[in-house]
Amino acid sequence: MPSDQAVSLAIFLAVTVVTAAGMLVAARLLGVRARKEHRLKDTTYECGETATGVTWVRFHARYYVVALFFVLFDVEAVFLLPWALGARDAGPAGFFAITGFVGVLMVGWLWALRKGALRWQ
Amino acid sequence: MNVHVRSLVLAVVVVSTVLALTTFAIWFERKFAGRMQSRLGPTRVGPVGLLQPVADAFKLMQKESIRPANADWALFNLAPLLAAVCALGAAAVVPLAPGLAAADVDLGVLFVLAIGAVTVLPVFIAGWSSNNKFALLGGMRAIAQSISYEVPLLLAALVPIILSGSMNLSEIVRQQAEGHWIAVWPFFLGIPAFAIFLLAMLAESNRIPFDIPEAESELVAGVTTEYTGMKFALFYLAEYAHTLIASALGAALFLGGWDGPFGPGLHWLLLKTFVLFGSVYWVRWTLLRFRSDQLLRICWTWLVPAGVVLVMGAGAWVAWGPLP
Repeated sequence: MPSDQAVSLAIFLAVTVVTAAGMLVAARLLGVRARKEHRLKDTTYECGETATGVTWVRFHARYYVVALFFVLFDVEAVFLLPWALGARDAGPAGFFAITGFVGVLMVGWLWALRKGALRWQ
Repeated sequence: MNVHVRSLVLAVVVVSTVLALTTFAIWFERKFAGRMQSRLGPTRVGPVGLLQPVADAFKLMQKESIRPANADWALFNLAPLLAAVCALGAAAVVPLAPGLAAADVDLGVLFVLAIGAVTVLPVFIAGWSSNNKFALLGGMRAIAQSISYEVPLLLAALVPIILSGSMNLSEIVRQQAEGHWIAVWPFFLGIPAFAIFLLAMLAESNRIPFDIPEAESELVAGVTTEYTGMKFALFYLAEYAHTLIASALGAALFLGGWDGPFGPGLHWLLLKTFVLFGSVYWVRWTLLRFRSDQLLRICWTWLVPAGVVLVMGAGAWVAWGPLP
């Protein structure tokens, strides 16, 4: 049996889904349709230029370094969150343990920064 | 069963209230922007233009829904729905009044951070499925920006968690009501954490100076370029609802939520939310937009280490703390 908390959260999310879907359905019912189709109407919008090729091609992913940074700190969060809840009980010993962990992580952060991970060419 | 009926009623009331407030917020922003630029803003529909957003909603509802021929049908339709659900869903855990929240979840802060992380998905889905170059570029920028500012947001939210020893938002607010607001004491932790939270919140909700994903002078309308009618309206709604709910969360985490003099209650939460919300728009109509790489550099070289220092400071404060 899921807890009351989980059920109330699920109910809330269901209400949001119904609301958003209801708005889309209402728009579908109330919306107008053009009587005549035009061949330019459903082309890709590029400010009046004719679109060259499709968008689904290889692109330069220079944001990928950012994603690496993010994974690094997201894993950190996995360890920080439980400690944060019990920081008072863990006391100085817990504080020193987590400082060591975060310290290692920040050394890695400093190294990546020095290597120019965020400098764009 | 009674409990579930109660949460259903609460959910319906909260969602409709958020929608109504969002409509009002759009009016407020247009008026505010108008005044800042020596204009009047909307004046025609209803008293002082109050019904303008309602009129706009009906107009958008009537518009024809156009989908580009080479877009991905399923994803293109899914994205606006998902965007609205993610933005509204976060409202579930906001403590409204003493002992009242739509879903009083023990891991409330974690839920908010998680759903905030999912918010980037519909934006990228929209960018990718539109098969439009502007939309895809906007989507890529949105991902880089959102996952970057996720980290300072999390670190800033950790400070109230550490200080109160709970992830339940109602519990965090209750402790602030009994003791001090976190932005008041210890202020040297609370105020910087609050500042980082605000900045990260601006970035997460794609607000100027961080509205790079839909920079209209560079990317037409970013991810929403190909969207029309109600689907566009849902993205618009999601953006405003997200800003509004994030303001409410900032008020709950740092400014004592529903706590205030002359009796605590919903009115204090609303007041604090609107003050934060107003400041977001003040910033929006005052500052310019950053460049994408500048934005990421600010995050990773300044906000993240500052957040780590604050978290460690809060940890030391409770480990040795003179205060309970």
